[in-house]
Amino acid sequence: MSNWDRFLNSFFNARVAWDYLPKIADGFVLTVVLALCVIATGLAAGLALAVVRALGVRPLNWLIIFVVDLFRALPPLVIIALLYFGLPAAGLSLSGFAATWLSLSCVLMAFSEEIFWAGITATPKGQWEAARSTGLGFLATLGWVVLPQAVRMVIPPLTNRTIAITKGTALGSVVAVSEILGAAQAGVSFSFNPTPLTLGAAAYVVLFVPVVILGRWIETRFAWKR
Amino acid sequence: MAPDGRSAAGGEGLHRPPENPAEAAPQPAPAPLAARPIVEARGIHKHFGHLHVLRGVDLVVAERELVFVIGPSGSGKSTLLRCLNRLEEPSAGIITVDGIDMLDRRTDINAARQRIGMVFQSFNLYPHMTALGNVALALRKVQGKPRAEAAERARAALARVDLGDRADHYPGQLSGGQQQRVAIARAIALEPRVMLFDEPTSALDPELVGGVLQAMRELRKDGMTMVVVSHEMAFAKAAADRVVFIADGLIVEQGPPAAIFGSPQHERTRAFIGQIARH
Repeated sequence: MSNWDRFLNSFFNARVAWDYLPKIADGFVLTVVLALCVIATGLAAGLALAVVRALGVRPLNWLIIFVVDLFRALPPLVIIALLYFGLPAAGLSLSGFAATWLSLSCVLMAFSEEIFWAGITATPKGQWEAARSTGLGFLATLGWVVLPQAVRMVIPPLTNRTIAITKGTALGSVVAVSEILGAAQAGVSFSFNPTPLTLGAAAYVVLFVPVVILGRWIETRFAWKR
Repeated sequence: MAPDGRSAAGGEGLHRPPENPAEAAPQPAPAPLAARPIVEARGIHKHFGHLHVLRGVDLVVAERELVFVIGPSGSGKSTLLRCLNRLEEPSAGIITVDGIDMLDRRTDINAARQRIGMVFQSFNLYPHMTALGNVALALRKVQGKPRAEAAERARAALARVDLGDRADHYPGQLSGGQQQRVAIARAIALEPRVMLFDEPTSALDPELVGGVLQAMRELRKDGMTMVVVSHEMAFAKAAADRVVFIADGLIVEQGPPAAIFGSPQHERTRAFIGQIARH
């Protein structure tokens, strides 16, 4: 058997691929679900923190900055391990899915808060003044005038960061979540053949290329007319 | 010391629009002095850190009066204007607008601000909304008008500044002059009792200034009370009832435009008028 044949047999083994395709497909669905959950809670929490920070209550802002810096500094895997292996010691056990979801949500919350905040501070002061001068209150100004502009401004970094963190769903494989990577690794162990990893890589491409394209579409869609 | 705003407002300076036959009487009636003041600011001080920007300014503006505020950059004229609707918090003083104590903590500032329209040097239109959306936002979200009624009023306001046909344009698709007129429409749609203009034409190319001044002239004709920070001397001479010259945070001199521009009494005023006249 030539090296080339051995390579093909290892990574592109049709029989193994066929056998493990259903498992990878299940993992694909689980990854999508996990990713959507992370995006929903992470972005919502990040936006909420940015809004609270805009209120400008000093002690509250210190707390937000501390939390945000903490979750930006910690590697996501460490947070997942802490929640999954550490919490049971405190009498609270999370499923692997919940631990991964919560951890990645916190990380996305932290990064997206910084991004939303950057957008809010980059919105010209005159926009606040114009809106306030017509009698709009603080929250109405934030909601109708500032955030629509701030969010548009930060859509490129926001999509980048969202994609990067969503790919962290692969870390769930460490805590027994059979998302794409978890399912692929299990497949490798059972079949003694790395072809399931190839399938997994293909699944990630199938999942994330459309997401990247979607991000690009959102960027153009929300650019306002000049 | 700053001269008292009221006395310097002077009967002879306060002419009404000539269309009004009752007011076109040959000699200045004493009525304007008795006119209810819309804006009454007394002893206004403003500190920015160590900077003492306003050092005890009194400004009283009567109903239907057009007051021009001029002065060198950094003199505090914009700060004074921004104190009137509390975009800037005065360090000390009393401000009453249309009978409302603007500095009272119990005053609903958002309700009070609807009576005070403001137009900014840099227009500050909302770039993500059409001209109509810009004008209608406060009508809907502050005054709670239904969408259709807000749109109708917004269209009427845009028509008043001669932009009825630009309602669906975004700010980025409008010229600077048109943008500033949309900003004027945004303010007048709320039917304010007084309009504040903060250097409304300074950011405009010369050929676009005319349209904005025309819109202001129309407002003037409709009897709007206006406080204008600007150096458009020709406009001030033609339209202002009173010109207030501010320097170093104090009112140095005020009076009818002819007097301030023609025979200023103070050295500071003379120097300043001389400088802007050269342009």
